[in-house]
Amino acid sequence: MAGYPPELKRLIRKVEETRAARVERKKRGEELPMLSLREREERLKFHPDYKEDSRREIRVGPSKGYAISPEIVDLLEARSRVDPDNIDLSEIGYETDVLVIGGGGAGTATALLSQEQGAKVIIATKLRHGDANTMMAEGGIQGATKGSKDSPYYHYLDVVGGGHFKNPPELVYTLVTEAPRVIAWLESMGMMFTKSEAGTLMTLHGGGTSRKRMHYAADITGAEIMRTLRDEARNRIDDIRVLEFSAAVELILNEHGHCAGAVFYNMETEEYFNVKAKAVVLATGGSGRLHIQGFMTTNHYGATGDGLILGYRAGVRLRFLHTVQYHPTGAVFPEQAEGLLITEKFRGAGANVLNIDGEQFVNEREPRDVEAASLIRECMVVGKGIPTPTGKVGVWLDSPMIDMLRGEGTVRREFPGKHILFRRYEIDIAKEPMLVYPTLHYQNGGLEFTPECETTVPGLFVAGEVTGGVHGENRLMGNSLLDVCVFGRIAGKNAAVYAKERAKEGKLSLEHVRKYNKEVEEAGIGSERVAPMLLPDYSNPEVRERQLTAHYVGTIR
Amino acid sequence: MGKKTREDFPSKDGGKPSQEVPHVPIFIMGKRYEVPASLTIQKAFEYAGYQLIRGCGCRGGICGACGTVYRFPGSHKIEVGLACQTVVQPNMYLTMIPFFPANRATYDLEKLKPDLEALVKLYPDVMRCVQCNTCTKSCPMDIEVMDYMAAAMRGDLAKVAQLSFDCVMCGLCAARCPAEIAQYHIAILARRLYGKYIAPKSEHTEGMVKQIDEGKYQSMLEELMKTDEDQLKKLYNEREPEPEGAEEDWIPKDTRYL
Repeated sequence: MAGYPPELKRLIRKVEETRAARVERKKRGEELPMLSLREREERLKFHPDYKEDSRREIRVGPSKGYAISPEIVDLLEARSRVDPDNIDLSEIGYETDVLVIGGGGAGTATALLSQEQGAKVIIATKLRHGDANTMMAEGGIQGATKGSKDSPYYHYLDVVGGGHFKNPPELVYTLVTEAPRVIAWLESMGMMFTKSEAGTLMTLHGGGTSRKRMHYAADITGAEIMRTLRDEARNRIDDIRVLEFSAAVELILNEHGHCAGAVFYNMETEEYFNVKAKAVVLATGGSGRLHIQGFMTTNHYGATGDGLILGYRAGVRLRFLHTVQYHPTGAVFPEQAEGLLITEKFRGAGANVLNIDGEQFVNEREPRDVEAASLIRECMVVGKGIPTPTGKVGVWLDSPMIDMLRGEGTVRREFPGKHILFRRYEIDIAKEPMLVYPTLHYQNGGLEFTPECETTVPGLFVAGEVTGGVHGENRLMGNSLLDVCVFGRIAGKNAAVYAKERAKEGKLSLEHVRKYNKEVEEAGIGSERVAPMLLPDYSNPEVRERQLTAHYVGTIR
Repeated sequence: MGKKTREDFPSKDGGKPSQEVPHVPIFIMGKRYEVPASLTIQKAFEYAGYQLIRGCGCRGGICGACGTVYRFPGSHKIEVGLACQTVVQPNMYLTMIPFFPANRATYDLEKLKPDLEALVKLYPDVMRCVQCNTCTKSCPMDIEVMDYMAAAMRGDLAKVAQLSFDCVMCGLCAARCPAEIAQYHIAILARRLYGKYIAPKSEHTEGMVKQIDEGKYQSMLEELMKTDEDQLKKLYNEREPEPEGAEEDWIPKDTRYL
């Protein structure tokens, strides 16, 4: 690997030719105008969500008739991984007050708050504790912490504007009013926010923000949040037990219809086992690894939408899943980095987005869906994208502008993660731009829930990316790290209180799974698919053909 | 899952290897496989036929699941990398080390002081460091581990925090340390102590939490929650954007909603 090949170096010269003038304009505060709401609507026609065949109606379950991504519908219409008749519910592997399914930011925040209410907690996760999209979030976490120029009022407006004014108001209210408390909470646990010498938290703009309220920890904000939460959970080992490499495959209800545990699959020994609990929290995250419309993704290996399937089979409705978030800027060069998230913070810090002529074609701080649609349009319709050696196409993200605007060394200091990564490919992003294209990033919608993190199933709580509503039809940068913390905390507290005061003992049952399987059968869906998926399929088809005695259930051998 | 062809593989996870890419031999735990030269070690495992459960997490260089050691025939040097970030090279002998046992102290951060005593009490091993630099050479994130260990022995927690900030906790330093120290656990303790006690506190956040609790924004938010879509759009369009280049002390013209 030796940096950009000559043909790309030649094209970079065009970026360099226009750079000084662009930096000057930016210093004078002259920005490319933002699109009006009407223009945005026009631009969104180039978004993948608007493509024909991008949605299909679900034929079974509580949201029957709702049209969403076919890749998710396929899983919702699949059989359960294991026949309920083969599961002996009298055999309980573990018993606890609160069972948290998912070991990312939402699940870990849940566990901490449940423990603080006096609950015994089990976190079960299919990979390692902390293997989650939270770990990978780079840019920052929003919160109106600066009263001299910002307030929850403006945060609220930004959130609903980004979400196409469709967000349930009470969820947005909770998100924006809890935000400063979450920032203070993280700080109190020793999270290393980037600060001034006086202690002022540094904040930047993100796409669609009216005030600079993106707090960050260099360019690894999510990793710093995740390792802090995880470290704190590990300090409470007497009350918070972690089951790693344990994938939830079904929820268990009881005779009253209350959620009372889950069936798990040990990813290593291939055993199934049951966990009984007084309350269950689904915090399983998103579904980028379903590669919707064939898009590359920024998501974690385990992001296969498992929680949607579990919750849906138990009777929880879906909402806002008809939109999918594509992050405007995923790397398309070099090949090894393809799909990797290039944080929005680069654009927040001033880097322009440019076509093959080194010209701007969109303000770099439009909301994500509008920005992504603009990049796709420039490449696929206008035809001014930059071709890569592997036959992909992208646009330039002019990171060297950041040093010119904010002083030499800023890129290195504020973006150490990406700086190191590209240095391995012999590209210095403080001196050369990056090639980017939209990449599958976030599951805007999910399971229906209340601001108290309750679902329609008593005893079943939800938090984080598996839920739908907080972000309406489109999430703004910095609101997902916030979402997992705000609603993880609420779910944790409420699940523990429920376990203590309202949970009702009863005979365990998987009747809802049998019923669901029957409904799938009766709908005439003759699919061999099983769900949840647990892990994506990256097997080599040639090798797989030669695995004559191997047994696959879904994607898992 | 439809039937896939070689051309598809592994396009879903970031582009197919270009057709011209030659294959190179690598030795996964000593066994020879030929893989496209453009693949990362992680994708090479999958190409060879492995289904990864251990040793695979974010696939983006930040979660620390795929610490890998390798060396070349005839070389004295043990090299390290993250499998998801390191491109294969001909004749590398490699293994992932997805887990390495290390003891972690438990503590109540509220009851600790940010000093050498706290570190040493929880991790007496700190003082066993012989400054051999093997840890630094073992770090796939290019962190100056030995230097932060030196800072830890001096009780300079701020320095430890700063030098160890990019740590992904993969554990390769601990795997190779002749003094059997778990450096990365010491580092996160130092970072949390620094973040909580040494870094200056953000007064403005506390102030905002107090104002929210006192109900300062309650009525204006309730008003917003009742506002219809057309009016919301109007308010949204009329927002006064903070200029990109604004300094920290910028104040909007309209302060009614602050």
